[in-house]
Order: sequence, then structure tokens, then C-alpha cells
Amino acid sequence: MNRIDQRFRALADSGRTALIPYITAGHPSPEASVAILHAAVAAGADLLELGMPFSDVMADGPVIQNACARALDQGMNLDRVLEMVAEFRQRDCDTPIVLMGYTNPIERRGVARFAQEAAQAGVDALLIVDCPADEADELRAELAGRGLHQVFLVAPTTTDRRLARTARLAGGFVYYVSIKGVTGAATLDLASLDPAVKRIRQATELPVAVGFGIREPEQAAAVARCADGVVIGSALVDRLDACDSPEQAAEITREYLGAVRSAMDAVAASEERVVSA
Amino acid sequence: MVETAQRLEAEIQVPDAAGHFGIFGGKFVSETLMPALEELDEAWRHYLKDPDFLAELDRDLAHFVGRPSPLYLAENLTRQMGGARIVFKREDLNHTGAHKINNTVGQGLLARAMGKKRVIAETGAGQHGVASATVAARLGMDCVVYMGAEDVRRQSVNVFRMKLLGAEVVSVEAGSRTLKDALNEAMRDWVTNVDDTFYILGTVAGPHPYPAMVRDFNAVVGREARAQMLAEYGRLPDALVACVGGGSNAIGLFHPFVSDREVAMYGVEAAGRGLAGMDHAASLCAGRVGVLHGSRTYLLDDDAGQIRDTHSVSAGLDYPGVGPEHAWLKDTGRAHYVGIDDQAAMRAFHALTRSEGIMPALETAHAVAYGMQLAAERPRDEIVLINLSGRGDKDINTVAEIEGIEF
Repeated sequence: MNRIDQRFRALADSGRTALIPYITAGHPSPEASVAILHAAVAAGADLLELGMPFSDVMADGPVIQNACARALDQGMNLDRVLEMVAEFRQRDCDTPIVLMGYTNPIERRGVARFAQEAAQAGVDALLIVDCPADEADELRAELAGRGLHQVFLVAPTTTDRRLARTARLAGGFVYYVSIKGVTGAATLDLASLDPAVKRIRQATELPVAVGFGIREPEQAAAVARCADGVVIGSALVDRLDACDSPEQAAEITREYLGAVRSAMDAVAASEERVVSA
Repeated sequence: MVETAQRLEAEIQVPDAAGHFGIFGGKFVSETLMPALEELDEAWRHYLKDPDFLAELDRDLAHFVGRPSPLYLAENLTRQMGGARIVFKREDLNHTGAHKINNTVGQGLLARAMGKKRVIAETGAGQHGVASATVAARLGMDCVVYMGAEDVRRQSVNVFRMKLLGAEVVSVEAGSRTLKDALNEAMRDWVTNVDDTFYILGTVAGPHPYPAMVRDFNAVVGREARAQMLAEYGRLPDALVACVGGGSNAIGLFHPFVSDREVAMYGVEAAGRGLAGMDHAASLCAGRVGVLHGSRTYLLDDDAGQIRDTHSVSAGLDYPGVGPEHAWLKDTGRAHYVGIDDQAAMRAFHALTRSEGIMPALETAHAVAYGMQLAAERPRDEIVLINLSGRGDKDINTVAEIEGIEF
């Protein structure tokens, strides 16, 4: 069974919402990435999203654009991303890893080859931002043959017809993009979130994670009330940008994600009280 | 009008419903934009058959753009080259000085029909930005134009024109600070403001339906040229020549001739400082198949799949991708693609200016350079038809800078 499915099943059993941090591989430095991933797990992360840097990140805001540019300047590429995953797996066999990126670097390497190498390194799913369900046949088939999921985005603009189709193809979880915009942009609208997640749940049994625009621990806690997972991306990457050493990056990660985790758990605890009362 | 509709429909054989030209094209964008692309696709297919919309488009093309643009026999240049007759399709005489206005008039009317109040555009040389700002001014819409910082510098005249027309020009500092980065930024704006904003994409690249839609709005160039050739010369040309950055003026000329197998087609890419090195923008001549800006096409990238910086003396050709229909025309062998370097383009710029009193845009000068070579090689009874896609007023500062001239 794929680690993602195992993890969400365990989370559901314990009534806990997944904390899913995103970092760009190789940012702020290639040396820091594995340390950051371990620190994230130590701080209470349940799944990890590792960004594969690309030169033209059309769907990303300034923070992740900058992170990708810095990583590429330091020689980051798919080989090294996969090495990072393999290195992480030496000490952590359980935490699911989702690679996030864009189509062209994967096509350049060869879709089948990359799927094989990703599976071997210990990757659990791919989320390719510019590969919607409509264009995903080849990649999805290659991933499925090796037990990997393809995670798809669902947006506020997604029509019911598209949602049904995407839900049929999706694996692992559905990633709900909570705002119209690029990563790290506007703040999410909590009022519209609840009905949006309910709509997705009608289309799929898969867990629903929510991302884009979640910065503060309180926001994460609020999202945790209705979603199965909370993705924290730009807010973490922005904090890492100022770090000079792997140790400092790991420390910042522990501190920030620790605060997010506590806020999310406080919600879970209070809801449990409500239920038992 | 009915005839226009029928022709437009007949020409829409590629792409398929999902926007694929063979293996090329498609919709490689984030989910947030997919519904907007579907809405646009639907609107475009609807209005393409709407007699009132087509009548207004024809009226605007005649009275606002100044169509039809004439064919011009370049007798002096023909004599100099000593071969086939050189004929120009004079898109440089259009309002705002290039073929770009054909597309922006069409998309502007579509934006209004769809009830959008704000338009955005990307621009390289600034011609598409000016053409978009022009249409926005006339239709009373807000207009934001994204332009790479490097292009803002080398096309300052067009930046000022856009501002005079009431557009906001956003200088994009990311990446190579040229057209590809402007396109990224325009996409980011669109994904953020997708409800009220219409993205007027300026070339036949990008996700479906843009490659097909921009082609259809520019195909008026080829339709006119074909009819004019038959009326004025009693025959079709032997070869078509057009410059290719994203490829909108070339596809506009080529498309109505695709079934005329006896007419050869040459797309001319920017070879910059030479195709042997890295400093060029010739994705069809020297690139490979990948995915950029929403479609599968030929592009310039490194072995890790990162998009490369490109170089051309002309900002409008300085782009690492190309429209997917050109990729398809290349692979099917229907069109041929060649490179012209900076120096040859500069020589052609001067040659045409001095011999005919027509100053071409530097982009266009690439097509002129190859067309001159081709004419020299071909017999005198043949005709080479070159798309004179834009005029060179915007480039005089660049030419002066290259040649070390201070005003």
C-alpha cells in the first residue's frame, strides 16, 4: 500500500489533520534540504511536499520563484532531488513524499524513466502543476504501474464536470487550491472553504488537502476544521530564505511548523471536547 | 460574411477539440485556468459563427485597421537580387504598424462579447502591447501590459505609446527579463483575476484555444494575400516567407495556403549570433520537443529541462518556444524553417530601407533577409511573397545603438 494511503488512514483513525509542508529542493541550499525535511517531521509534519525547481514556474508567486531561482543557481536538478529523497529515506521509511513541479524537466528525462527512478528513491506521488487531468494519461499510467499516485489540483473555478473527471483520475489525496491566484498570494477566504471542501467530498472519497495562501497558525487551525490536510508552502519557504546554515534552516522549520501543529492540534482537542460533551 | 464564416470553419481542421496538432499543443496549465480556457474556447467557437460578430470584425478590420493591406512588388530589390520577383504583403501599413492589430481587434471584440472589463497582454517588441492598448482604449477597457525589463529598455518608444494609450506597463524583472518572463507574469495575473479579466495573448503559442484562435484572427493576412495574388498576378506565389518568434504573422500568412501544395513555405527564426552556439532563439531549427507556456512544442532548454535564455537583436523573436502549429507544420514537412542571424537581419533592414523606401521592423528584417536569398536562387518567372509584418520606426534606437550612432 502506498505510504500516502496508509498515512491518511492512520490520521483518520486518530482524528488528526495532516500537516503538509512544502519546500523547494535545494533552497536555501542543497545541503539544507534533507535536514529541513527531518525537522519538519520532528515538528509534526505528516506528509512532505518537495518542489522540483523549474526556470518558468508559471503558477507560483514571487517567494517560490525566488526559491527555484536560488536552487537552480546552486546546481539543483532532478538527479539531486531524487538523491535527497533517497537520503531522507535512510532515516525515515514512513513519511510520504510528494514531488511537486512542472512538466518539462520530467519529459526531458523521460516520463517512464523518471517514474521508475522516483519509485526507487522512495517517492510516493507526483503533483505536476501544469499537467491537469486532461493531459495526464501517459504520466498517470507510468506512475500507477509503479504504485505511485498522481495528485491533482482542484480550484475554486473547477466546474462539476471537471471535478468528476479529476476525481476519477486522482490518487492519494485531492489538493484544493483555496484561492484564485499564484502560490503565496492572497489570504484564503475561510467562509467559502467549507462548502468548497464539501463539494469535493461529494465527488471523491479521497482525503482533501487545502493549500495556497495559508500563512498563520490560526489560519491552519481554521482550515483543519474542515479539511483532511493543510499545506504550508510560501510562508515556510519565505522564512527559510534568510537562513545561512542547514542547522538554522532546520531550527526555523521546527519552530514555525511546531507552532502550526500546536494550533491545529488545539482545534482537534477542543472539537473532541465538544463531541464528548 | 457567410463566406467568411465558411472559410474560417474550413480552416479549423486542426487542432482537434482538445487543442492538439498531432502530438503538439494541448492545455498544460494549472487547474485554476482550465475552466477559463474552456469558457474562452466555447465563446470563440460561438462567435466565429455569429454573423453580427463577424460583420463587426470585418468593419473594424476595414475602417480601424485599414485592411486590406496591399501587395507591393519590390522592383528595385528584385533587380538587385537578379532572381524571382519579390512581393511584400504590407502588414506594416496597418494601424499601429504591424500584423498584431488583426488579433487584438478580434480578441478585444471577443472580450467585450464575454463581458470582460479588463484586458491584459504580454509583449516582447511592444507591438502586441501597443495593439492591445489601442483596442482597450477604443473599447473603454482597463489594460495592463507585461513586458520584460530588458525589452522595456530596448523598446522605450513603444512603452511610451502604450502609456499614452492609457495602459499600465509592468516591467518584469524575473528570469531573462524578456518575452517568456512577460508571458509567465501575464499568466499569473490571469490566474489571479480570472473572473473579470481577458488575457489577449499575442501569438500562436500558449494553451488551447490561443494557438488556433490567434491563427484564425491573423489568417485574414493569408486570405487576402491569396486573393490578391490571383487577382493581380493571375497565380499563386511559389514561396511564402515570414519571420517566426511565437509565429503569429507566419501562421496568419501560411494557414490559408496549407492546401496549396505547390506553394512552398519558409518560416525564418532568429539565429542571433549563430545556430552553432547558444545565443539564438531558433526553437524549430535547433530545439527539441517539450512543454512550455501551456503547450507541447519545440523549445530551447538544457539537458535538465530548464528553459534557456535566448538572444536575438529583435525583441519580438527573442522567445524560447514557438506556436504548436508550426511544430506540426515542421514535422509534417509542409513548412520549412530556417535561421537568419543578427547581422544578416541588419543588412536586410538597410537594404530594404534604401532600395524601396520601406523600413522594416527588425523581426521582419529576418524574413526579408531570407526572402532576398531565396529570390536570388530562384528563376525570374517565380514569385516569392514575403510577409512585411511590421514597420521599423520602433527599432531606430536599437539600430543606432548597434551601429554606435548617437543622436
